[in-house]
Amino acid sequence: MDITALLNMMPGAAAQGLIWGVMAIGVYITYKILDVADLTVDGTMCTGGAVFIMLTVHGAPMAAALLGAFIAGMLAGLATGLFHTFCGIPAILAGILTQLALYSVNLRIMGQANQPISFRNYALLVSSRNVKAMTLENPILIGAIFCAAIVAVLYWFFGTELGSSLRATGANPNMARAQGIDTNFTKVLGLMLSNGLVALSSALLAQYQGFADVNMGRGAIVIGLAAVIIGEVLLSKVFRNFALLLVSVIVGSILYYVVYNVVIWLGLNTDDMKLITALIVAVFLSIPYWKGKYFDRPGKKGAGTHA
Amino acid sequence: MLEIKGVCKTFNAGTVNEKRALNGLSLTLADGDFVTVIGGNGAGKSTMLNAVAGVFPVDEGSIVIDGVDVTRLPEHKRAPYIGRVFQDPMMGTAATMQIEENMALAARRGRPRTLRPGITKKEREEYREMLKILDLGLEDRLTSKVGLLSGGQRQALTLLMASLVKPKLLLLDEHTAALDPKTAAKVLETTEKIVERDHLTTLMITHNMKDAIAHGDRLVMLYDGRIVLDIAGEEKKRLTVEDLLEQFTKVSGAEFSSDRALLS
Repeated sequence: MDITALLNMMPGAAAQGLIWGVMAIGVYITYKILDVADLTVDGTMCTGGAVFIMLTVHGAPMAAALLGAFIAGMLAGLATGLFHTFCGIPAILAGILTQLALYSVNLRIMGQANQPISFRNYALLVSSRNVKAMTLENPILIGAIFCAAIVAVLYWFFGTELGSSLRATGANPNMARAQGIDTNFTKVLGLMLSNGLVALSSALLAQYQGFADVNMGRGAIVIGLAAVIIGEVLLSKVFRNFALLLVSVIVGSILYYVVYNVVIWLGLNTDDMKLITALIVAVFLSIPYWKGKYFDRPGKKGAGTHA
Repeated sequence: MLEIKGVCKTFNAGTVNEKRALNGLSLTLADGDFVTVIGGNGAGKSTMLNAVAGVFPVDEGSIVIDGVDVTRLPEHKRAPYIGRVFQDPMMGTAATMQIEENMALAARRGRPRTLRPGITKKEREEYREMLKILDLGLEDRLTSKVGLLSGGQRQALTLLMASLVKPKLLLLDEHTAALDPKTAAKVLETTEKIVERDHLTTLMITHNMKDAIAHGDRLVMLYDGRIVLDIAGEEKKRLTVEDLLEQFTKVSGAEFSSDRALLS
């Protein structure tokens, strides 16, 4: 096995990891902050790219196309949010419904199952062909800037009154309502913000890989969860600050793609990657449960302690 | 200050689990009343408080707080008027957030949540001062996660949070029931302190007859979703646990024995 080949794959892993890191932050907002597992993202992870490409092809400037993708994602989050709060559908099911609906919507947006976009015809922000270039166009650099900006904005937002009310909703909805917080509103807002970021990530990914595909979001939620969990397991002891927690999600995403590329390098069939990812996430999700059930030492009590 | 008129609430209507929890309940509280509420299991005590707080809509009747008809308002829209402490110490605070963050959330009860900072430096200083009244040393732990506190500490903090914005009405739902006797006494003492300091109109449910007699200036007994006993002033001061047990036997008849353990 050729170690240089593996090393050659690492810049691509970093770029993909950063782009998916934006998506993973979206998952973090719903899964960790709002305490909702939102499956909409599997659909939104295509919607963003689809909207971006169609807008670009029709002559929209970069900023407008990215904004369009972000708004499209927010609308998907709004749909899930209304299914959940206004219609009273359990959050997981609400996400699945929107996700399914988005499959049709994405096909409608693109007009076909796959839409290419070439750097030859359009000025793209990120492209995989620049991944080893020592220029300002390197997608690793641009991905890192995007991630840093998003972390900064979210750090500010979750420190505001409104952001705090979102955190309270996830931490204890009863308490939040007793403090006058409309938890339906905060849930919808959180789902919109999350899906907006996922769609933004999708728009970057479509540019990076040069196309949007109706299946590009399949299993995205699991990749996002993997990033969140890998980051948490590795860095939660070191990182306490909220901004650093978001950074750990991005680190988790990069590590996921490093592992992904190692798997390819080892010659494993990449078709098996979703199976492997699902198993890894299942194991990491089980760890806290097993810890509590089989390894809980008496005397060392956690957060659920009564006086 | 509070007017509950003919409120009815039936849970699981039309099923085998149908339970008429409130049965034409009426109760009026004047400004500054501190009312203790007793009653056996299933008498409707918590249901009454939750109906006032808006946790669920009532089937019949009306609830008016300080002249505002809140009967049709959802829970979060009644929050500006109401401070609450729950039976479960986990319920009144956000465990994964810091003490100061919890207080900052409570300090904004009933106000729109904007993009202004969630907590300011000045607030931190104020909270540090306020926490001293609890006498639990929490003033030095402002940035500790609330999940690290004991049940008693959490109840005391919830109590303080409920009074950060002066409520028209303070609802205490057996807020000391989950605590050990010593902690319960301390939390009750703090309750007295805060109610007196802010002159709060208060409804306090308790399982403990002695507490019901010792605290507040009025006592009501619930049975079968209705008020069956309402004692205030001098008469309440002379009350004994025996008197209450006797009254309870009168209204509940044969069911007394099964409830005796809970009430004494």
